[in-house]
Amino acid sequence: MQLATTCRGKARLIASLAPVFALISALMLLAPTAKPARAQSEPENNKRYLSPIEMALSPDGRLLYVVCQASDELRVVDIQSGKVVDVVPVGHVPRGIVLSPDGRQIYVTNAWSDTVSVIDAATLKVVRTLPTGLEPTGIVSDRSGQTLYVANRLSNDISVIDVNTGQETKRLLAGQGASYLALSPDGKWIYGTHIYPNHGAFRAQPNSEITVIDTARQAVVERKRLHNVAGVFHVALSADGKLGVATQLRPKNLIPLAHVEHGWVFGDSLTLFGEDVGGTVQVPIDELDRYFALPWGVAITPDKAKMFVTTAGSENVTVIDVRKLLGFARTRPQSFVNDLSASANYVTARIPVGHNPRGTLLSQDGKRLYVANRLDDNLSVIDTSTERVVSTIDLGGPRTVSALRRGEQIFFTANYAFQGQFGCANCHLDATIDGLQWDLEPDGFGKDIVDNRSLENLAGTEPFKWNGGNPDMPTECGPRTEKFFYRSQSYNQQELTDLVTFVYALPYRPNRYRMANGELTPAQERGKAIFERTTYKNGQPIPQKNQCAFCHSGPKYTNQQQFDVGTAKSTDRSPLVDVPQLSNTVYSGPYLHDGSARSLEEIWTVFNPKDTHGVSNDLTKDELNDLIEYLKTL
Amino acid sequence: MKMKLRLLFAMLAAVIAISLANAQDMPRFRWDNFTTANGLPDNHVFCVLVDGSRVWAGTENGLGLYENGAWKAFRPVDGLAHQAVLSLALDKRTGDLWVGTMGGLSRISAGRIDNFTQLNSGLSNDIVYGVGVQGDFVWTATAAGASRLNTRTGQWALFNERNTPMYEIWTYAVSPAEDKVYYAVWGGGVLEYDVKTERWKDYNDPDGETELVLMKDQGLIHEITTSVSYVDKILWVATYFGASRYDGRYWHNFLQKDSGLPSNFLNQIKAVDGNRAWFSTDKGLAYYDGTNWAVYRPALDTHKPEMEVRDAAGTVTKIAVQSAPAHNYVLGVDFQGDDLWVATAKGLSHGIRQHGPTQTAQVLRARQSIRKK
Repeated sequence: MQLATTCRGKARLIASLAPVFALISALMLLAPTAKPARAQSEPENNKRYLSPIEMALSPDGRLLYVVCQASDELRVVDIQSGKVVDVVPVGHVPRGIVLSPDGRQIYVTNAWSDTVSVIDAATLKVVRTLPTGLEPTGIVSDRSGQTLYVANRLSNDISVIDVNTGQETKRLLAGQGASYLALSPDGKWIYGTHIYPNHGAFRAQPNSEITVIDTARQAVVERKRLHNVAGVFHVALSADGKLGVATQLRPKNLIPLAHVEHGWVFGDSLTLFGEDVGGTVQVPIDELDRYFALPWGVAITPDKAKMFVTTAGSENVTVIDVRKLLGFARTRPQSFVNDLSASANYVTARIPVGHNPRGTLLSQDGKRLYVANRLDDNLSVIDTSTERVVSTIDLGGPRTVSALRRGEQIFFTANYAFQGQFGCANCHLDATIDGLQWDLEPDGFGKDIVDNRSLENLAGTEPFKWNGGNPDMPTECGPRTEKFFYRSQSYNQQELTDLVTFVYALPYRPNRYRMANGELTPAQERGKAIFERTTYKNGQPIPQKNQCAFCHSGPKYTNQQQFDVGTAKSTDRSPLVDVPQLSNTVYSGPYLHDGSARSLEEIWTVFNPKDTHGVSNDLTKDELNDLIEYLKTL
Repeated sequence: MKMKLRLLFAMLAAVIAISLANAQDMPRFRWDNFTTANGLPDNHVFCVLVDGSRVWAGTENGLGLYENGAWKAFRPVDGLAHQAVLSLALDKRTGDLWVGTMGGLSRISAGRIDNFTQLNSGLSNDIVYGVGVQGDFVWTATAAGASRLNTRTGQWALFNERNTPMYEIWTYAVSPAEDKVYYAVWGGGVLEYDVKTERWKDYNDPDGETELVLMKDQGLIHEITTSVSYVDKILWVATYFGASRYDGRYWHNFLQKDSGLPSNFLNQIKAVDGNRAWFSTDKGLAYYDGTNWAVYRPALDTHKPEMEVRDAAGTVTKIAVQSAPAHNYVLGVDFQGDDLWVATAKGLSHGIRQHGPTQTAQVLRARQSIRKK
């Protein structure tokens, strides 16, 4: 209950950081060489950072609507003057935007409120709030304006919403981490992407999909398979509807990451689809000795001459000549996505922009490209013919850059890694997870496989690493990162301090499995009793170390120790594993230190044959289900 | 007296007219049969489901999809939970297909297959005899009780002997609707779930006899139920010892000896509406239109195509037909407009409805004429 209250209180990303800073101050004892910054470095007048992430244009092309993720606002910019002319408060952590076809309504998804704010474009007031699935992100309207489609990142589906009734009529199955949507120019199809890979076999190459919805049937009719792809972001269509493009990552998570200098860790790439290419074609945007990390936003000019891709980790915009790209692709019938020399044939420019560029938007005539620099609180305006930034629109965020903000910039940049290959945010997408299992260290292929852990509210869960080998966050993020990950001289002391400050400040996402009144459902109550039990069903005492609530104790359900619970594999160097916190564990699957349990159930049905990881073999299936229902509430 | 006679004749004429009209409705089919010889994954077909122009057939060795005149097979190598496919259900809102197998529950969504098993999910048991979709819920009938998956939240609810009147947990079929969900419990009668009150109620054979029918029309015909079909607030039940119809107040039971059922051994029952239903038996496929019966099968002795019509008076007439379902042992049917698809132990049959002048009606009309004389 106390935890629930705390979580909800931290729903805003930035606003409620004071307690976190206090906590960080306490942690300074644990991190004598990398002290988190103090609260004095907060922005002036407690102004909140804005973190612009997506944009939409008014039908007359005069106004730019900018979704500001950190300030829970929509900021309205007069394009001619470059000034913010209005601010509309919306829900928590807004993430997506679309206008109704007639331009009278503005729809904004609120990821942490599980809602869509309906804003009257004339009055700029929120007139309605519509319910969605979990963590709504991308949104489109059909051509009639009667139906909204919303990609829900945490429920892995797409809400179909009747605009007239405001009711969600159905959910369509999407990929894991469903996030971005695009409507075809003829209005017949919607293309959806997802940021986590779909479930597959343990230690197999990841797969993703582009989900295709028939708007007439309001049903998924095709899933374009993206092989060896994990992390698909924005998707866009050319004006003639014949070319589609999605930005994506191709991870090499099956071989040791420490070999970064021998080959790329992430391939930054695009998937092309549509009549122009037939099927799907994956194309690289990296170069042989320089990488353009985290391709995120994408736009195609109306004349289909150019494609612009924001690379969120590399702080620039990649410009692609579409004619050259298509021509090159036609000459290469075999896959060339791993050929990093290929990009020289179609990438024509790299335009430097601000920190963590995300959403892109073209003016109606295609002459201007707007880029949301999420961690600078501004927009870059690019002349698409000269391919230069011609102006920067300040959205009115704080003038000072706090330690927290600097840490966030470090977290999201790839500039520290060898050849700019990747940054923290490559694996921790939007500071979460990537759904992958990695072979991190140079100890041989397939050894010490680790699942990507959540970063939410880490203070008080030390030590870190799967075996508890890193006593504190500076160790976790500092030399270890330099040596094993980036293969370069990375952070200086101040940078490391800032990064630690940011990581420790990451709050819990709202837990949707707890009831609003804090009470538990009957199934959750029964599960809680199982979690806290101290005896077998026959009344005999369960050894303390084998009681769930012994290891998973304290406010974050970890006693911060290491135990052999029988889940280590023969390829692990030690059978001891660190006890992970359980808060929001429902969002962090797969499970166990190496991600071998593909669901919560498998932790016990597959990987606990001898009751070494808690006592589960005397449970009925009903009781195991109850236990899992309870775990989802933590 | 004359007036009374006239009235009697008028009533008789009305009855005859109604009977004739009903008889004219007795459907006739041309049967096209599919086996492994023309692409079906396996000849032992457990279930069939129609999705528009597409037909899914659950067989002992894979799930078949018939589309554009060709069969495609799905097996574990393609991602299916198990090769033996026992049940099928379509979510008409999303187009997703739910597949009950002997190794778990599969969801096929626009080509993507996700599996739910007793190990990786909250599913009660991997042997999924029945599956049904209602709104956001997927109901399953398994060898260890009933399960309900909330597709929005991912939450599983299990129903068994611990929280329902289910004294036998071998659930065999499920028929979910907006107000009620019915389960056929093999050896345990029928279970009813009230969606509004979330309460369970059981219906059992009142005489408790396994072989005898002592109390006909006073309750469910038998405890060994194999199928339920709840349509228009009417419950139809198939058992190994006859069939039942329940309107919420009255039961009506059907036995081979006093109905047009070709056998008391029923594998499936599928209602068209509150008055009409199809019966899958071990001795052919039967149709009941509320008054008359029709049976379609290869003749039990000669194996030649056969169609028999039984009218309300119990008179049985053979109709000359050129084709019949692939086998007498029928496991399930589904509708495709006026057409039928029939799962049998030796192939899948497509019953193509014949709409010409009905020979059925001609036969009955002739019989009526004889009676008048």
